[in-house]
Amino acid sequence: MATATAPATPRRAIESGVPDNKQYLHPTLKKNYGNWKYHDRPRPGVLHHVSHSGEEVWTVRAGTQRQMDVHTIRKLCDIGDKFADGHVRFTIRSNIEYMVADEKKVAPLIAELTRNGFPVGGTGNSVTMIAHTQGWLHCDIPGTDASGAVKALMDDLHEEFIKEDMPNRVHMSTSCCEINCGGQADIAIIIQHTKPPKINHDLVANVCERPAVVARCPVAAIRPAMVNGKPSLEVDEKKCICCGACYPPCPPMQINDPEHSKFAIWVGGKNSNARGKPTFMKMVASGIPNNPPRWPEVSEIVKKILYTYKADARPWERLSDWVERIGWPRFFEKTGLPFTKYLIDDWRGARSSLNASAHIRF
Amino acid sequence: MAKKMHSTPMLDQLESGPWPSFVTGLKRLAKDNDMMVDLLGQLETSYETKKGYWKGGTISVFGYGGGIIPRFTELKDEAGKPKFPDAAEFHTLRVMPPPGMHYTTDILRKMCDTWERHGSGLIAFHGQSGDIMFQGARSEKVQDAFDEINQLGFDLGGAGPAVRTSMSCVGAARCEQSCYDEATAHRTVLNNFLDDIHRPSLPYKFKFKFSGCPNDCMNSIQRSDMAVIGTWRDNIRTDEKLARAYFAKHGVTDLVNDVVSRCPTKAIQLVDASKIPTGPTISAVKVSDTQAIAIENSDCVRCMHCINVITGGLAPGKDKGATILVGGKRTLKIGDLMGTVVVPFMKLETDEDREKLVDLGKRIVDFFAENALEHERIGETIERIGLVNFVEGVGLEVDANMVATPRTNPYVRADGWDDEVARIKAKKQAA
Ligand code: HEM
Ligand code: HEM
Ligand code: SF4
Ligand code: SF4
Ligand code: SF4
Ligand code: SF4
Repeated sequence: MATATAPATPRRAIESGVPDNKQYLHPTLKKNYGNWKYHDRPRPGVLHHVSHSGEEVWTVRAGTQRQMDVHTIRKLCDIGDKFADGHVRFTIRSNIEYMVADEKKVAPLIAELTRNGFPVGGTGNSVTMIAHTQGWLHCDIPGTDASGAVKALMDDLHEEFIKEDMPNRVHMSTSCCEINCGGQADIAIIIQHTKPPKINHDLVANVCERPAVVARCPVAAIRPAMVNGKPSLEVDEKKCICCGACYPPCPPMQINDPEHSKFAIWVGGKNSNARGKPTFMKMVASGIPNNPPRWPEVSEIVKKILYTYKADARPWERLSDWVERIGWPRFFEKTGLPFTKYLIDDWRGARSSLNASAHIRF
Repeated sequence: MAKKMHSTPMLDQLESGPWPSFVTGLKRLAKDNDMMVDLLGQLETSYETKKGYWKGGTISVFGYGGGIIPRFTELKDEAGKPKFPDAAEFHTLRVMPPPGMHYTTDILRKMCDTWERHGSGLIAFHGQSGDIMFQGARSEKVQDAFDEINQLGFDLGGAGPAVRTSMSCVGAARCEQSCYDEATAHRTVLNNFLDDIHRPSLPYKFKFKFSGCPNDCMNSIQRSDMAVIGTWRDNIRTDEKLARAYFAKHGVTDLVNDVVSRCPTKAIQLVDASKIPTGPTISAVKVSDTQAIAIENSDCVRCMHCINVITGGLAPGKDKGATILVGGKRTLKIGDLMGTVVVPFMKLETDEDREKLVDLGKRIVDFFAENALEHERIGETIERIGLVNFVEGVGLEVDANMVATPRTNPYVRADGWDDEVARIKAKKQAA
């Protein structure tokens, strides 16, 4: 395989590791490091932090497209130079934040961001930017795109980003394979393959380390086999759960299918320890078609769930808290989503997800 | 001027709408960059056929084994020639961010200049694993790009079976809930694992994440092999002025419905201002002249909810530190796992405390290296061998905080019981 051509005398890397962030901190943050007292939110998209020393800082948060061209980044830098003393930070969900020590700068900063097409919001009880993955743009195993799906959905949910009208914060994610780099979320949109991999037997012997592929399958459905006189692999299609785990180590086991790779929607993941313990999300819908460039069928179901939650949940209830109160039968009733047999878990430990009680809501 | 643009009717539809468009950004780069012209061509093809066209490979920089994600196109004509030759190689450099993802515009501009010179001009702030992702370099440009980025003070992150890039929350820099210096802990731990980051040789990936409090903004319980989550041991602090301000705005209905009744362990009570309970484990604060809330701290599980609602009026205590959980991961292969407690509390204030954290990390990664099967995450190893074997293997003591409940089946050989009781007793007496 190709390697980067090294210069005549290769430079030794400076193994500096993680850089010190002190050199990048906004001066007010540096001065009050570890000494913050409380914060409030004067309006959506703005956090106001007060230090024990009495100093204050306003943070203005804006959405970005995450996959940014250098011109967009330089524009964001121009805004940072003009208003925020040349300091910025990014959130885990690719929002950009500007810190200002002078309240008078907040309104013009918001105006400048808005004028340049960066929506201000994503704080408190909003639907913040969707955590997304790589997709067709850069990953080697995706069943769909990530940036495009997120752009389409955030266009639809823009109002909920710039307002704080939800019962509690809403974190969403998308993932373009079942590995789910996007992660646990209140609402997650994840590829769900529905057919076993189609194997290109001519390539397996050259490309794949067969024992490693066999070992990767969660249900032991893969066996070494001779096909057309060549060493290859075969899949017991009755056993296969179409997870796609065999595909990354062995690309000839083509799992992605334009027709049969669908989307599933998952709800109720919560990372925070607030109130109940963290929760995993649960699958509530599947079979949704993969329809670029705007995936309208996905948006429709997501919005149905989101707005049912918005109308029905009480203050501070995350999606998982809400379902815990109303129960799963009513979740399906209220959202109009069908409850099918595929939603009953049969993986290891599944019995703990069954209702072992006479607790039934009528 | 770059070469002629390909027609991209599908992608064009992603240029309208209120959210910032990555397509508009790609097109802008394509104006003077042939690689981007062809990248748009390949991406449009993916949108039409619903297929991906990248395959991996091996590319590295001098002295390192990981940190570059190689991408070669598989979209070729009958003769085996790439259909979009200028984007036939589109490698990514994963670069570790500073803790909390703070930057000066100056350093961002320098990164942009480098990436315009040596790469496509497309950068993601940030990937899900926390890296700054410099996306789109030809093989022969990877070393040059890295050299410049490295000289700016940045280093490659992990890829493959390695210790991976880490993330820490904004924490002490701008969050009143912070219970330790996340940034220093993050740097200290990761920079003690540089060899395991740059030269992948573990059974599989290993991720650390650092959250300053149980709100866990870094999603560390579910997304990291070793989660360091801030917490405190003493009583919740109170501030009467801010507690009264909350009450003045919200009244008793919200106080009861949103705070008192949402406490998971019912540790909070609404009390009469003239009958405020006292005691070494009680935090109480007046919200008005007639009413107050009282928290029994020995019942509180440090969930953060009441503090989130009455921020400032209630605050984490002063005896701060962290809880360590091990074993979180997503689906493959045995199903999702959350991290579980292995150290209920440790101080993280001094360099010495942080050394203990590094030492714990080292013992856990060493145990992982020696005992995990290939392509097994540490959570799966623990599932396979049992928590006790893990805990004993890394030299920790079992603790009732490690379980949600004691065992519910009798399938255990317990003939060592008396010896174990004697050992615990002896240890307690020695302490
Ligand atoms: C000003 C400082 C911040 C405060 C006071 C704060 C507050 C909170 C609160 C109250 C929760 C728990 C919500 C609940 O379940 O009730 C939470 C969770 C979370 N916050 Fe923050 N937050 C802050 C900054 C941030 C930042 C800067 C980020 C990301 C860049 C972030 C990302 C998250 C995430 C990912 C979670 C948990 C996710 C989940 O439960 O799914 N927070 N935060
Ligand atoms: C060849 C196979 C794989 C490739 C090429 C790959 C690639 C990637 C990439 C590019 C990301 C970052 C995504 C982003 O920045 O948005 C990522 C993240 C992630 N990958 Fe993989 N991955 C592979 C295999 C796996 C496997 C087998 C698992 C699970 C066992 C996995 C679990 C994850 C998770 C959980 C994340 C999110 C990381 C985080 O939250 O820190 N990946 N992967
Ligand atoms: S979710 Fe899957 S396809 Fe998407 S970026 Fe992650 S590994 Fe690649
Ligand atoms: S798709 Fe999953 S279940 Fe099917 S053969 Fe591959 S690894 Fe096994
Ligand atoms: S994890 Fe806690 S300390 Fe860190 S940013 Fe979130 S709320 Fe603040
Ligand atoms: S932090 Fe403690 S007192 Fe407050 S709601 Fe959580 S468990 Fe209850």
